Amino acid sequence: MKILVAVKRVADYNVKVRAKSDQSGPDLTNVKMAINPFCEIAVEEAVRLKEKGVATEVIAVSIGPKVAQEQIRTALALGADRGILIETDVAMEPLAIAKCLKQICDKESPDMVLLGKQAIDGDNNQTGQMLGALTGYAQATFASEITFDGASASVIREVDGGLQTLELKLPAIVTTDLRLNEPRYASLPNIMKAKKKPIDVLTTEELGVDVTPRTKLLKAEPPAERKAGIKVEDVAQLVDKLKNEAKVIV
Amino acid sequence: MIPLLNDRDIEFQLYEALDTESLLTRPRYADHSREVFNATLNTAKSVAERYFANHAVKADTQEPTFDGESVHLIPETKAAWDAFVEAGFLAAHEDYDEGGAQLPEVIFRVIMSYTNAANIGTAAYPFVSVGVINLIRAFGTAEQKALYLPLIMQGNSNGTMALTEPAQGSALGDIKTMAEPADDGSYRLFGQKMYISCAEHNIAGNVVNMVLAKIKGSPDGVKGISLFIVPKYLVNADGSPGQRNDVVLAGLNHKMGYRNATNTVLNFGEKDGAVGYLIGEANKGLGYMFQMMNEARIGIGLGAAAIAYQGYNLSLDYARQRPQGRLASSKDPSSPQVMLTEHADVRRLLLAQKAYAEGSLFMGLFASALFEDQNTAEDPDQRKRAGLLLDLITPMVKSWPSKYGCIGNDHAIQILGGAGYMREYEAERLYRDQRLNPIHEGAEAIHGLDILGRKVTMKNGACHQVFLEEVQKDISAAQAIACLSDMAKQLETALSTLDNTTQSLIALMGEDVDLGLANATLYLDMYGRVLASWLWLKQALAADKGLSSTQQHNEQDQHFYQGKIHTARYYFDWELPAVNQYADILNSGNRVPFDMQDDWF
Ligand SMILES: Cc1cc2nc3c(=O)[nH]c(=O)nc-3n(C[C@H](O)[C@H](O)[C@H](O)COP(=O)(O)OP(=O)(O)OC[C@H]3O[C@@H](n4cnc5c(N)ncnc54)[C@H](O)[C@@H]3O)c2cc1C
Repeated sequence: MKILVAVKRVADYNVKVRAKSDQSGPDLTNVKMAINPFCEIAVEEAVRLKEKGVATEVIAVSIGPKVAQEQIRTALALGADRGILIETDVAMEPLAIAKCLKQICDKESPDMVLLGKQAIDGDNNQTGQMLGALTGYAQATFASEITFDGASASVIREVDGGLQTLELKLPAIVTTDLRLNEPRYASLPNIMKAKKKPIDVLTTEELGVDVTPRTKLLKAEPPAERKAGIKVEDVAQLVDKLKNEAKVIV
Repeated sequence: MIPLLNDRDIEFQLYEALDTESLLTRPRYADHSREVFNATLNTAKSVAERYFANHAVKADTQEPTFDGESVHLIPETKAAWDAFVEAGFLAAHEDYDEGGAQLPEVIFRVIMSYTNAANIGTAAYPFVSVGVINLIRAFGTAEQKALYLPLIMQGNSNGTMALTEPAQGSALGDIKTMAEPADDGSYRLFGQKMYISCAEHNIAGNVVNMVLAKIKGSPDGVKGISLFIVPKYLVNADGSPGQRNDVVLAGLNHKMGYRNATNTVLNFGEKDGAVGYLIGEANKGLGYMFQMMNEARIGIGLGAAAIAYQGYNLSLDYARQRPQGRLASSKDPSSPQVMLTEHADVRRLLLAQKAYAEGSLFMGLFASALFEDQNTAEDPDQRKRAGLLLDLITPMVKSWPSKYGCIGNDHAIQILGGAGYMREYEAERLYRDQRLNPIHEGAEAIHGLDILGRKVTMKNGACHQVFLEEVQKDISAAQAIACLSDMAKQLETALSTLDNTTQSLIALMGEDVDLGLANATLYLDMYGRVLASWLWLKQALAADKGLSSTQQHNEQDQHFYQGKIHTARYYFDWELPAVNQYADILNSGNRVPFDMQDDWF
């Protein structure tokens, strides 16, 4: 079984990202970058499936600038077998990413595509679903457990109010939630080995994907600072404020 | 959890203030890249966060226990050891054909800095083991290497170094542990060792002790000391533990801090003698041990740096969030209180902490880079100079971070106020952990004797000369930069004060060596301040380059660089000038401590 894992390059989750002073977007100059944490969980799951003998090959794909090779290397150091970089300097939207991945699916015919449920930069939670629509593969989002039975997979999903179990025919798309696993760290010997694993580099033109952004970023601003709280006199006043000021209850 | 160190600072120290990237051109590092280094340090940080920081507090409150049979450590300790081993770090800087990854020394030391910062007590197990690996590699026979190196590198045993005895710590020449030759070429050891770290535990199947002892009939003093491998279990040919050796735990000592590293009293030869295997030649043991100790001393300095760094991270975070009082200029009692960082005196404490923590880290990494150059630089002259400089600065690289780390951690407590004194906050634990560093690996005074009694005059003063030349290079560079030229001048004056003092003390030692060395600890501090100032100037030079480079910076980067330059300024204005007062005491051959008599106390 072949597994394709998507990995995205994003600002490290420890970094406090600030808006550029001209409000044209987040300021990422010299900011430490890392694999999106949800993607890391996807890589971990793929590698575990390989270790269990369920998967035979794990391919890590990233779509982004040349330096996104670093994140592919990280995936290779965690245990993926080879990498594909679709190199582009365009700010990629979920649809463009999904279209690129669709092309890779056509070329590689994976049995499963594992993606993070969202990336911590845009927090869109769209790519997996869009890829599902484009490929027509079965789809399960927010996975917290994946098991296999021959040609089908059973996925437990985290949904509002509980867990839902889906049975999927392969090939399938699964997006990962936080509780699926705890990713390992890359050991030094594996970091060294990863250097020798192949990474193919493609361009969006070669794939024939139109990646022109469909949306426009008007401005990026820091969220309004939280104001100091006040003490209310009694429950009635609290309810009144929740209703009329905060407008969170009706 | 207190954030571990500061990734931006580590990047700065490795790649801007030091030129770690240039190591990649050396054949030994041809397979490496900055990306590999970064990935390795990312792993080091995750291992430190997940497996070391997780039990730093617990290990302090539930210290190791001995039930008469075995020693118990909280189970997180073994998990941390295993994670360190599995990450490939125990073998990280050894050769490929030994199962290592040929990682440069300086990168390896940053790995250790993360685990030290997370939990110094648990980090002691790998820390000492790496020293033992280096020692056996350098001086062991082929068979010894084949048997013991894989055992430790794969985590099936840790290593210890056993020098100290109940009656001798600083004065190793007087050790009493005896080694008697046995018929099979091995030895039987009899004696007792004291304060030995990590010699009993339940984290790995064996313990490889490196023990100093005297072979029967050998000369008195340091020239009669030999070095032995004394494993807890004799090691079978396949590496598995065999017969129990006659080295037994007499008891555990109970420590102020650093608690998860067991501190043992070991008895050798309660029955028919502990089996020991001689390393290298007889009577040369102390020399071998010293080679390992030089690395260990850089390591101790870096350990002190890491603890100071955690204290700084903690108090900075606290001071930014704790509202207290108003500035004197504020007349309105209903105005909101300001954060602690608004008070200049709190900023003074934080500046001192920053100067010590970042300064100590850089001092250790700078020394590691010299160690690297001494071994792998392509130009033989560069190797030689690096070796001379490293020999010279080692006493300060161990002592300055240890001494000022304690003061930095003391400041952390002060900034937290009452909270700093409470065990609910980690400031007091960090202080207790730190307090060991001026004691072990040679107490502070011993390094004073080393720098003044040995290092400055060694090789006809060649080491000291290289130091003067290297500092002068950076002074010249700084003279050309407007915002650093004051500091260049200050350092130039201090450097000549140091040199004059050195010459006058050498003369005094020639007349009366006891009197000449009487104030050696103060001289050590003086040398330490000049060294620390030089290295802060180096950081300021790199920061200035960063600020003025055409490369784009975000605002945080600019603050980062300005913070570096301002901290250098703090150190130069507030702490370097003490050398003048020290020079007065030292140059006049002050006799007050020397003349004090026991009966007068
Ligand atoms: C937590 C801990 C862990 C340790 N781990 C190990 C270990 O793993 N292996 C090991 O072998 N040892 C270990 N030690 C021992 C440590 O190295 C010694 O404690 C240290 O060398 C000092 O020796 P001492 O305790 O006998 O003190 P002493 O030598 O008695 O010194 C006491 C004081 O007198 C001063 N003094 C001594 N001689 C002179 C002199 N000539 N001139 C001026 N001042 C002098 C010293 O500076 C010190 O302040 C450890 C100690 C501790 C506390």
